Amino acid sequence: MATVTFDHATRVYPGTERPAVDQLNLEIEDGEFLVLVGPSGCGKSTSLRMLAGLEDVNGGHIFIGDRDVTDVQPKDRDIAMVFQNYALYPHMSVADNMGFALKIAGTPKAEIRQRVEEAAKILDLTEYLDRKPKALSGGQRQRVAMGRAIVRQPQVFLMDEPLSNLDAKLRVQTRTQIASLQRRLGVTTVYVTHDQTEALTMGDRIAVLNAGILQQVGTPREMYDRPNNVFVAGFIGSPAMNIGTFDVKDGHVKVGSADVPLDRSIASEMTDADGGKVTLGFRPEALDPVPVGTPGSFDVEVNLVEELGSDAFVYGTLKGDAADVNLTAGETNQLIVRIDPRTVPDKGDVIAVSIQAGHSHVFSATSGERLG
Amino acid sequence: MPQQNLQITAVAPDPALLDLPWDVPLVDWPEDVLAALPQGISRHVVRFVNHGGRVIAIKEIGETVAYREYELLRQLHRIEVPSVVPVGVITGRRAPDGERLEAVLITEHLQFSLPYRALFSQDLRPDTATRLIDALAVLLVRLHLVGFYWGDVSLSNTLFRRDAETFAAYLVDAETGDLHRTLTNGQRNYDVDLARTNIIGELMDLAAGELLDEDVDEVAIGDALVERYQELWNALTGSEAFASDDRWRVAARIERLNDLGFDVGELEITTDIDGTKVRIQPKVVDAGHHSRRLLRLTGLDVQENQARRMLNDLDSYRAATDRQNDQEQIVAHAWVRQVFRPTIDAVPRELRRKLEPAQLFHEILDHRWFISQQAQRDIPMPEAAESYVENVLRHRPDEDAVLGLPPGEAEEAELEA
Repeated sequence: MATVTFDHATRVYPGTERPAVDQLNLEIEDGEFLVLVGPSGCGKSTSLRMLAGLEDVNGGHIFIGDRDVTDVQPKDRDIAMVFQNYALYPHMSVADNMGFALKIAGTPKAEIRQRVEEAAKILDLTEYLDRKPKALSGGQRQRVAMGRAIVRQPQVFLMDEPLSNLDAKLRVQTRTQIASLQRRLGVTTVYVTHDQTEALTMGDRIAVLNAGILQQVGTPREMYDRPNNVFVAGFIGSPAMNIGTFDVKDGHVKVGSADVPLDRSIASEMTDADGGKVTLGFRPEALDPVPVGTPGSFDVEVNLVEELGSDAFVYGTLKGDAADVNLTAGETNQLIVRIDPRTVPDKGDVIAVSIQAGHSHVFSATSGERLG
Repeated sequence: MPQQNLQITAVAPDPALLDLPWDVPLVDWPEDVLAALPQGISRHVVRFVNHGGRVIAIKEIGETVAYREYELLRQLHRIEVPSVVPVGVITGRRAPDGERLEAVLITEHLQFSLPYRALFSQDLRPDTATRLIDALAVLLVRLHLVGFYWGDVSLSNTLFRRDAETFAAYLVDAETGDLHRTLTNGQRNYDVDLARTNIIGELMDLAAGELLDEDVDEVAIGDALVERYQELWNALTGSEAFASDDRWRVAARIERLNDLGFDVGELEITTDIDGTKVRIQPKVVDAGHHSRRLLRLTGLDVQENQARRMLNDLDSYRAATDRQNDQEQIVAHAWVRQVFRPTIDAVPRELRRKLEPAQLFHEILDHRWFISQQAQRDIPMPEAAESYVENVLRHRPDEDAVLGLPPGEAEEAELEA
C-alpha cells in the first residue's frame, strides 16, 4: 500500500495548446479512497491514465509511495485497473477465474490458493470457489472481477467509470460494495466518475476538476458546505445550487424584492472590478417558505413542482425589482426550492422564501472565487 | 400497460427492426427469431437474430455506453479498420409490467466469421493458434497505428475470418476503446500486456473445458502475440539505415512488410548529409492509393499491386539518386525515362506481347529481388531485365494468345509451354 502524489503533473496532447491536465498537485493518502470528478473533458480520466502510465506526463512528476513512476511502464507500476476485463471464463472454477493472472506470472500454486481464499473471504465468495461462474448472480460476478484485482495485491486500485456499463440496479448495489470493500482492504484507490452523487457517496475525499484544472479537493462534507468557487458550488449537490449575480447596495444583496444582509468582512473583499455586484449561491434546501411580505424574503412564481415522495421541489421564477438576473441552478435557469411534500403549491402560485442564516455562499462576481 | 417508447438511432433506420420483441429481455427471446451461430464469451447478453435476410448481433448494454460504442464503431468503419459494422442503438424498452429494459447496440453479423472458441472446437489444425495470433497482431497494430486504444484486447472481443492462407481478425467489441490522435507507448504496451493476459486466460479456459489439445502451451501462445506485435510494429514504424548500394535490402524490407499484409507504398526516404545512407519510414495507406498515385505521377494506369511495386521502385530511385527534395512529378518523369522505358525496351520486341508492360516490369522487379538476394548484392536493372528475359520470359506462354482460347485449351497450351 502506498500514497500517490501528483506533483505539477501536466498532460498536453500533441497538436493542442491547452493542457488536458494542467499542473495537477494532489496528495492521496495511504489507504484513501479518492474520487476524481468533473464534467466530460475536465481531465479526470486523463489524470487517472497518467497515474496508470497510459498517458505521457509532459511536465511534473507522479509518485507511488516514494517511487517516481513518471516514466515507468504500466505493468511495472504495481497498480491494478479494476473492472478492465471482467468477462468470466465459463469452464474455469471461480477460484481459477480469480487466480489465473497469478498462474501466468508463475506464482506457486499454494500461494495462489491462499491469496484466492483470502480474497474470497472478503468478497463473501468462499462457498462458490469451486463452482463455475454460471452458478453466480450478477452481483457475485462483479465481485469475482474485483477478486481478480485483489489477488494481485497491488499498491493502488484504479477505477475509471467502472459502473457505467452496469444496469441501474446493479450500479447502486456495486457502488455500495466497492466502497465498503475498499474500506475493508485499505488499499489506496483512485476512482473516476462524472456523477457527483457517486462521488459524494463513495469518496473519503473528492477532487473536482474543470478544464484540466483542479478546482478543489476535500471531504464530501467540505465540498458541499464550503465550495471554493462558483464552479464547485454549481457542480456539487443535487438538485444543484441556485446561483445568480446580484447588485450590492448599502451592505445588502438585492435578491428580487429582498435585501439579504452581506457580512461586512465579505463586502470588504469586493474589488472595483466587481462593479458593485456579487455572485450569490443558495441551495434549494437552504430556503425556508415564509408568509408573503416577510422582511428579507423574496417571491418565486411556481412553474413546476417535482414530487419525489420524501421531498418536493419547486421550479420557479424569481419575482421583484432585482429579478432580472442571470440565475441558474445546474442545467436549468429556474430557481429551485425544496418544500414540504405535504403542502405543495399549484403551478402559477407565488410563494415567498428566505435564505436560512449562514447558508448562503458569496463569490466574487469577476473571479468566481469564494469571498469570506 | 405502459407503452414502450422505442427510439432508434441509426444512419439508415430500418422500420422492420421495430417488429422484434423489444419488450422481452434479450435472454428470454424466443428460439424462432434467433440465428443459431456460435458465440464468444461476453459480459453482456448477446443474441444473433435473423432479420430481413441478414443476421444481426444484438447486445444489451447501458444507454450511454451503447451510444459511445456505436459512434466509435462508426468511426473505425470510416477509417477502414477491420471491425463490425454498427447498425444502430435502440433505447426506451419496457417490459409489459412497466419495468425498464436495457438499451441495445445492434451490429451486422460479420459473414463467414467465427469466434475463436468455434475455431478451436472444430477441425483443429496444429497451427490454428499461430494463425489466430498473427491475425490479432495485425489487427492490433492497425488499430494502434490509427490511434485506437482498445482497453480490453482479447480473442473474445475479436472475430476471425478465413482469408485464403490466413485468418483476418475484426474488432467486435469497442466498449472500452478510445480513439486518440496518436497513442503513447504506455497505452500500446498496456494493450499488448492485457492482450497477453486475456489470451492466456481464454486458452486456459478452453483447456479446462477440454477443447484444447493437451500439448498446447497457453503461455507460449500469449507470448507469441507480444512478439509478433512487436515485430510488426517495428517493421512499420522503425527506421533502419542502409548503404545506398544496398538497395536490395530496401526491397527486402518492403517485401517483408507486404508479406505481413500491409500496404507500404509510401516510403519516407531521407538521405544523410554524406549521401551514403538511406532511411525508410514506411506508412500505411488507403486502398487504391497506389494506382491513383502512380497515375497522377506518370500517367501509367495499372492495377493496384503493380502500382505498389512500381512506386516502391520509384521511391528507391528517388533515394538512390538523392532527389528527395525535387518535385515528385519531375522525378517520376525521369524514372519513366531512365528506368521504366529502358527496362521494357530491353525486352525483345517479339517477346514483349507475352505480357502487359506493367506486369512485365512488375515481374522483372520480382526477378531482380530474387537474384539480388541470391547474389547478396544489388543487381542493376538492365542486368535483371536480361536475366529475366533469358531465364523466365522465353519459357512463358504467350498470355495474349492464352487469354483468347477456351478454358480447356488454355490449360493444354500452358502444359505444352
